[in-house]
Amino acid sequence: MAEAEPTIRCTMQSGKPVVEVGGTWTIFSVRGIRQKAEKALQAAGAGKAEPRSVDARSVEQLDTAGALEILALVGGGPNAEVMTKDQAQADLFDVVRKNMCVAPPEHRVNWFAHWLEEIGRNALGFYAQAVNLCAFFGEILVVFVEACLQPKRFRINAVIRQMYEVWIRALVIVGILCFLIGVVIAYQGVQQLKQFGAETFTVEAVAIGMFRELGVLLTAIIVAGRSGSAFTAQIGTMQVNQEVDAMRTIGLNPVEWLVLPRIMALVFAMPLLAFWGNMTGLLGGAVACTVYLDFTFVQFFDRLRDTVGIWHFYTGMIKAPVFGIVIATIGCFEGLQVKGSAESVGQLTTKSVVEAIFCVIVLDAIFSIIFLLAGV
Amino acid sequence: MADGGQLVDHQNGRGVALRLRGIRTQFGDNIIHDNLDFDVFKGEIVGLVGGSGTGKSVLLRTIVGLNEARKGTIEMLGVDASTLHGKAKRHLLARTGVQFQDGALFSSLNVTENIIVPIREHAELEEPTMREIAALKVALVGLPADTGEKKPSELSGGMRKRASLARALALDPELLFLDEPTAGLDPIGAAHYDELVKGLCHSLGLTVLMVTHDLDSLNAICDRIAVLLDKRVVVGTMEEMLAYDHPWVREYFHGPRGRASRQE
Repeated sequence: MAEAEPTIRCTMQSGKPVVEVGGTWTIFSVRGIRQKAEKALQAAGAGKAEPRSVDARSVEQLDTAGALEILALVGGGPNAEVMTKDQAQADLFDVVRKNMCVAPPEHRVNWFAHWLEEIGRNALGFYAQAVNLCAFFGEILVVFVEACLQPKRFRINAVIRQMYEVWIRALVIVGILCFLIGVVIAYQGVQQLKQFGAETFTVEAVAIGMFRELGVLLTAIIVAGRSGSAFTAQIGTMQVNQEVDAMRTIGLNPVEWLVLPRIMALVFAMPLLAFWGNMTGLLGGAVACTVYLDFTFVQFFDRLRDTVGIWHFYTGMIKAPVFGIVIATIGCFEGLQVKGSAESVGQLTTKSVVEAIFCVIVLDAIFSIIFLLAGV
Repeated sequence: MADGGQLVDHQNGRGVALRLRGIRTQFGDNIIHDNLDFDVFKGEIVGLVGGSGTGKSVLLRTIVGLNEARKGTIEMLGVDASTLHGKAKRHLLARTGVQFQDGALFSSLNVTENIIVPIREHAELEEPTMREIAALKVALVGLPADTGEKKPSELSGGMRKRASLARALALDPELLFLDEPTAGLDPIGAAHYDELVKGLCHSLGLTVLMVTHDLDSLNAICDRIAVLLDKRVVVGTMEEMLAYDHPWVREYFHGPRGRASRQE
């Protein structure tokens, strides 16, 4: 592109420096021209501050970037004197001269100030987020109560469509992962418990571990990753396309149409998935026990029936719908926070998954305390 | 009919900026353009009009290479664009600029950075110089200086259009494609925009092809008008179009809006 180079020559005419420029002055050829110009000026003995006039009559190709550089050479700002070849060139200089301005400097802040600012911002953001999330949850409750009084507002079609997405389509992945975790626990249990001859307790290790914590936690994390993120992305994209605004102007409440069906779908889907996860986990444990322990399936399930109380199963299942509510609420909330751009959809999707998993684990800890106090 | 869809030959010895020959585009069985010839000469502003669904945007996308023509050749600035690859293609892209209808600014970058993207890619310049050029372009399209630091989502629709024009102008392209540049602007803003394009065309020697439905723009700045009719293009000056006998053309240019825009 840079076939010809820009040329600079500096001469003194009646005591004033005159810069003669020629050749190609385009955006592709002006790299490093400023240093070159300084050198040429110095060589001719022209001072820095002196006003210069520029002779641009031998410039062959010129564009705005080139004109900008030439005007920068003159250094006189808007009143700089430039001799031009023809009217078109003069016009180009005029256009550039009129619009020339100092480029705003890049913002650079001291790293410590920046760091403090970030911390402050994040703290405030966290607070605002918590408040907004509570407000959003309140709004959902209001809509829920209204829907209870007027059941057709539950939008059963949407709930069922969502359940297909969040339940049926998650069965395979939840099943496989819980099965593998069951195998892993059983294997570890056998290895460790063998050391004091208690390897038959592997059955309890697998069953209690799966029922109380791992089954439901693993399911919640998978659901947060695949459905919570999908909720944010779907609603966020609708937000970008102003579909949510359109709904509001038509008089449809987005919470009723978009949020409540998703939450209901997850409230139903989470226990179903957790149950499925528990069962495949047990199956994994049983398979591992037949391999490492010479148990038969019948022995495994006999021992399970005799030693593992039903409340171990219930504690996990109680948590499942609560996790479902939390994941769906956060997913939808973040989706509605999207503003304007595609980038914001991505950011908030990430945020929704992280927050959902965080809340699930915190809630899990709270549940542990409650169950401990309740003695189950 | 003269060459390249013209009613009367207007080349007058000018170079050809864009030459389409025998273009066919189709989606499935739906033929949008067939055997379409179209010439744009250097230094002129051509407005492309046509009814809904006649494929104005498809034609523009085909020309800039976003959509492949089934048949025919596209010659841009003297090179055959349809067969170019690699470096030659990049070279050609650096000499053309496209402004999309809704701006299509990169949403993760601010306006200045948006303008710098093509400069950084095609020209090797120092960072401060690039920022100065970006500031110049921002001022050039009539945006206030602080717009440069803003993200596209913080701008109004009209400002996004201008910012997007600034990005299209970043490399001072010889050939500029505009998709509905004045749609959605207020009349004053649209008139300024027209003046801006005309001024740039004059001082930079730009060639502009714009899809537009703004009859004022067609009157004010377009040297010639290309009309998409029956899968082909008919090109002529406003006078020739007024005299052209085709139901759609008559309705378009002689309709109440067409008449109103000429009464000045």
